Amino acid sequence: MYAFDFERPATIDDALKALGAEDAQALGGGQTLIPTLKSRLASPSKLVSLTAIPELKGISTGDDGTLCIGAATTHAEVAAGAGAYPALAALAGNIGDPAVRNRGTIGGSLANNDPSACYPAAALASGATIVTNSRRIPADEFFDGMFTTALEEGEIIVEVHFPIPQAANYQKFEQPASRFALVGVFVARYPDGVRVAVTGAAEDGVFRWAEAEAALASDFSAGAIAGLDVPGNAMIGDLHGSPEYRAHLVKVMTGRAVKAAG
Amino acid sequence: MNEITIKVNGKSVSGPVEGRTLLVDFLRGAGLTGTHVGCDTSQCGACVVHVDGKAVKSCSIFAAEAEGAEVATIEGQANPDGSLNAIQQAFQDHHGLQCGFCTPGMVMSAAALLKENPRPSEHEIREYLEGNICRCTGYHNIVKAILAASGQDVSAIAAE
Repeated sequence: MYAFDFERPATIDDALKALGAEDAQALGGGQTLIPTLKSRLASPSKLVSLTAIPELKGISTGDDGTLCIGAATTHAEVAAGAGAYPALAALAGNIGDPAVRNRGTIGGSLANNDPSACYPAAALASGATIVTNSRRIPADEFFDGMFTTALEEGEIIVEVHFPIPQAANYQKFEQPASRFALVGVFVARYPDGVRVAVTGAAEDGVFRWAEAEAALASDFSAGAIAGLDVPGNAMIGDLHGSPEYRAHLVKVMTGRAVKAAG
Repeated sequence: MNEITIKVNGKSVSGPVEGRTLLVDFLRGAGLTGTHVGCDTSQCGACVVHVDGKAVKSCSIFAAEAEGAEVATIEGQANPDGSLNAIQQAFQDHHGLQCGFCTPGMVMSAAALLKENPRPSEHEIREYLEGNICRCTGYHNIVKAILAASGQDVSAIAAE
């Protein structure tokens, strides 16, 4: 690891000030960033830890009925505390392993936008709103390709608001060494339609499978997607699976998620 | 360099750290070498300690992030009279270790599990140990030891 300065502010304002330094980098739970730093794939001048800021933590229900999760809330805390949205709690409880879940945060996962991470699928399938220190970003406008988001330099996620669906489920086909999704599909049914978000599969990161959403809106059953072609996105091909394999898995996992959501 | 203070196994430990000093290096530098560095990539779990009661991989948290926290390591697990605690004793009784390298992390993960879930099923134990890798035992006796430490009958489980 290259050397860097370290700050651990207690307020959002102090964090934003610290992030104003050149090449400063926000640090969530560090479960991705710390290994990245060890590999010397990043060399920030300063790390600003966001885990000592009480305003960024906790789970509550908003006036509009959405589930509001602070950005520095850990996966373990979401697994235990998001009972109002069981599919989301289940997703959080199946990220990595218990020790990773005790450190990793929802804000960190969304800001990193790893193409195989679980949370981006939940946020996109739920039509969540990513609330930052300066604005509210709809999930549909937040994810901007592999490891890229709509966040500006120095902007941090404060909270994520999840509308609670009538039925939802997340199915992850795990890459067994990393526990990341080889393919993960989050299906959520709302009064105004069905949203299907796919992670792990595409080179551009998480995406919505529009054809499946249309088919499921009129018939919410695994059979409704049986006749669909696999999504046409450019799929990831690596030693864990070919693009064709991943495309096939998208359909299989979608079917399983619909069935499990009931 | 920042001076930090962490309460480790009930005792205050202070020292200067760089921003990039990992908690595991801080602990080992303080002479607490029971916490091991296996993979250094947050996969193997040999470095698991408890920070404010939660199991974490001490190779994937900076020492400065644990400033003011209560940290528990394998060195603090024995009973006050120095005898092995229930989990450690069960690992010995049921041959839950061979080379022993992963054992500190296994014991700390087991302690965290039993605090959350005092009578876990075999399946729950295996799930909980997803982030702890052992290259010797095949896990079977580790799982058996944790079942035994939780007070459950393991006499019907054959040693495989």
